[in-house]
Amino acid sequence: MEELVQTSAVATADWIVVLPLVLALIGAALALMLRNNGRVTFLLALLVVVAAIACEIGLALRIWQEGPVSMTMGNWLPPFGISFTADLFGASFALAASVVTLLVLFYAEADRSAADGRDGFHALVLLLLAGVTGSFLTGDLFNLYVWFEVMLIASFGLIVTGGSALQFDGAVKYGFLNFLATTLFLLALGLLYGTIGTLNMADIIGKAPSANPAVITAIAALLLLAFGMKAAAFPVNAWLPASYHTPPAAISALFAGLLTKVGVYAALRSLVVLLPATRDILEPVIALVAIASMILGPLGALGETHLRRAMGFFVIGGIGAAFAGIALATPGGIGGAGAYIFHSMLTMTALYLVSGMIERSTGQVDTRHMGGLYASSAPLSIMFLVLVLAVAGVPPLLGFWPKLLLIEAGVAQGGWLGTSLVVALVLNAVLTLIAGTRIWAHVFWRQTTGTGKVPAPRRGLLRYAAAAAIVGLAVAVGLWPDFLLAGARMGAADLADPARYIAAVGLAGSAP
Amino acid sequence: MDLVLAVVVGLFIALGVYLLLSRALIRMLMGMLVLGNGVNLLIFTAGRLTREVAPIVPPGLEQAPGAIANPLPQALILTAIVIGFAMFSFLLVLAYRAYQTLDCDDTDEMRLAEPADAPNPPLSY
Amino acid sequence: MNTVIFRTIAPLIVGTMLVFSVYICLRGHNEPGGGFIGGLIAASAIAVLGMSSGRDAARRALRFDPIAIAAAGVLLAASSGLLSLFTGSAFMTSIWLYLELGETTVPLSTPMFFDIGVYLVVLGAISAIGLGLETDDGEGL
Repeated sequence: MEELVQTSAVATADWIVVLPLVLALIGAALALMLRNNGRVTFLLALLVVVAAIACEIGLALRIWQEGPVSMTMGNWLPPFGISFTADLFGASFALAASVVTLLVLFYAEADRSAADGRDGFHALVLLLLAGVTGSFLTGDLFNLYVWFEVMLIASFGLIVTGGSALQFDGAVKYGFLNFLATTLFLLALGLLYGTIGTLNMADIIGKAPSANPAVITAIAALLLLAFGMKAAAFPVNAWLPASYHTPPAAISALFAGLLTKVGVYAALRSLVVLLPATRDILEPVIALVAIASMILGPLGALGETHLRRAMGFFVIGGIGAAFAGIALATPGGIGGAGAYIFHSMLTMTALYLVSGMIERSTGQVDTRHMGGLYASSAPLSIMFLVLVLAVAGVPPLLGFWPKLLLIEAGVAQGGWLGTSLVVALVLNAVLTLIAGTRIWAHVFWRQTTGTGKVPAPRRGLLRYAAAAAIVGLAVAVGLWPDFLLAGARMGAADLADPARYIAAVGLAGSAP
Repeated sequence: MDLVLAVVVGLFIALGVYLLLSRALIRMLMGMLVLGNGVNLLIFTAGRLTREVAPIVPPGLEQAPGAIANPLPQALILTAIVIGFAMFSFLLVLAYRAYQTLDCDDTDEMRLAEPADAPNPPLSY
Repeated sequence: MNTVIFRTIAPLIVGTMLVFSVYICLRGHNEPGGGFIGGLIAASAIAVLGMSSGRDAARRALRFDPIAIAAAGVLLAASSGLLSLFTGSAFMTSIWLYLELGETTVPLSTPMFFDIGVYLVVLGAISAIGLGLETDDGEGL
């Protein structure tokens, strides 16, 4: 039987594409088996995440030099086997996801008490990382669905960790709406398979143009709805502020950094790369979604007094900015969207971690009951302010460069579309700045109205170090943006012209 | 036959959406289940219906003699069923626990995470 | 459910179902069957045991934590895919080993270990859910 199958030569070096997620999956299984011992699973999780980071750095460097890397599982030929294909965006997002996970692991270790031993926290974090990494590295739409579900089941487990009534309330909304989103994604997959008979991403690029455009448009609209729901873009965003603030801070930081970004990335890849002709038809819709999310997000934060719920609205505003890049779809716009996703993964996680520290040191979750915190924790106030400025996009912080790329692309595009997107991007920056500094003033500056000082918890230093590491990373990348900008340009070039991507997959029948 | 199945898929999805629009958790669960089955049936139909034999290669042969049914949609559906089953069982347990801790199964009354009577934010710095 | 007849017959049914589940799992490569359906049958056997002699007895009969069984299955399945690293081919490429045992040839392969992994995942996960739902507080997930 083996002789019939034409074996494609697979260099052992190509394994680097699948290693990060296989490691995370194996790590999750081991951590689940050892879940009675929190210390062992913590060390195991650290080991696995560090190994994954090493693989992803190697992968990103290789893509930087040689272009996209692909491997098709089980020696099947590409359109039939399941391909894993990484281009620069996929690999660097996976890298950012692992880095964020590593820092959140440290933060969570400081937050944990001896009581939470048996909840399998580390196993679920590794499973979540496997799902996220798989989504970024896969080259097959159905496989993307599977990784979405891996991610979803891990996040289900995480969101109820602790088991308070508040968490069950949030988890019901999170669970139903995200399951609905993935079911809609599956619906679109079924229709796509029925129309063009393939779900391999590289194959879709070749076959979609010859299919019935009306059907493909309906499929693309379904995909936009499904990924928009996963990303919490404007009309379908209600689940995010209803659920992200309910679990412990470390978990909501992980969610804010990873989950919505996977939705945006999937929308970017499926609409811009796979179905570009239909994206042009849907362009006004995408632009509307982007503009509405960008403006309504920070407005929501302005009217919110629950600290972490307000952060949730900032996440939505950022999703709008990334969708602006999808609406522009010039190489500059795609590069801006990619850089924005990268920035958002780091900054949003840090913002939630710092919010968790604020909640811990005041003992309150509502900004109305906070105040005067600068006196007791000056470093916290500096970190929070830096992050707010980074989210708003004040130079020279990390958030500035993606917005610059997007605004440049919008100006270059011109017309009503480019102009309205540029106006919305600027408005988003201003509103975010107002809402963010207002929260900062309420929490740190205003005279204290809350209760007395809460005793400082143990191992506070580790928590500070984890949050400060992300803040430092955000500042450093903002000050030396050459890597980010060059990466955005190169990644966007591969998305705008997927020839190298298709060549890397090496489709049977269309051999070069 | 394709037409009949297409109508059935439509019915399943319409029923699923109708049940999901309800506020009661149990009905929403049923809705997700029916919707998921509708989608699975859609993938099955999308793989083209044939009256050929099952996609199993008899012993001793390298490939099946004659035409066989398309095995790929069946693999996709099997995966989707397994995943849908896991999600459904999680949501079932979740709904049960939520009913126990919140003492309601009406999503309109679940306002713990988003208090309905929250006072307005302060109007000054 | 707690009748004498059921309690007497249940161990027989459970034993038969477990043996049958292993058979279904192993024949799955070229014939209808496989790890998923085998695991479902095994999990149903555990559920029958739970109905007849109670949740604690079923839990004891599993010997290991059901979640740990599922995790071991994931580990086995992932490792079976990793083995092809040593043959210089892609992830999850199957490797076959034909053992000559007297008159019969026993084909051992990595897909079989993958299938056994799936079997364990399904058995563990569904038993955990089933045992969790049989208690009043829904604890166990």
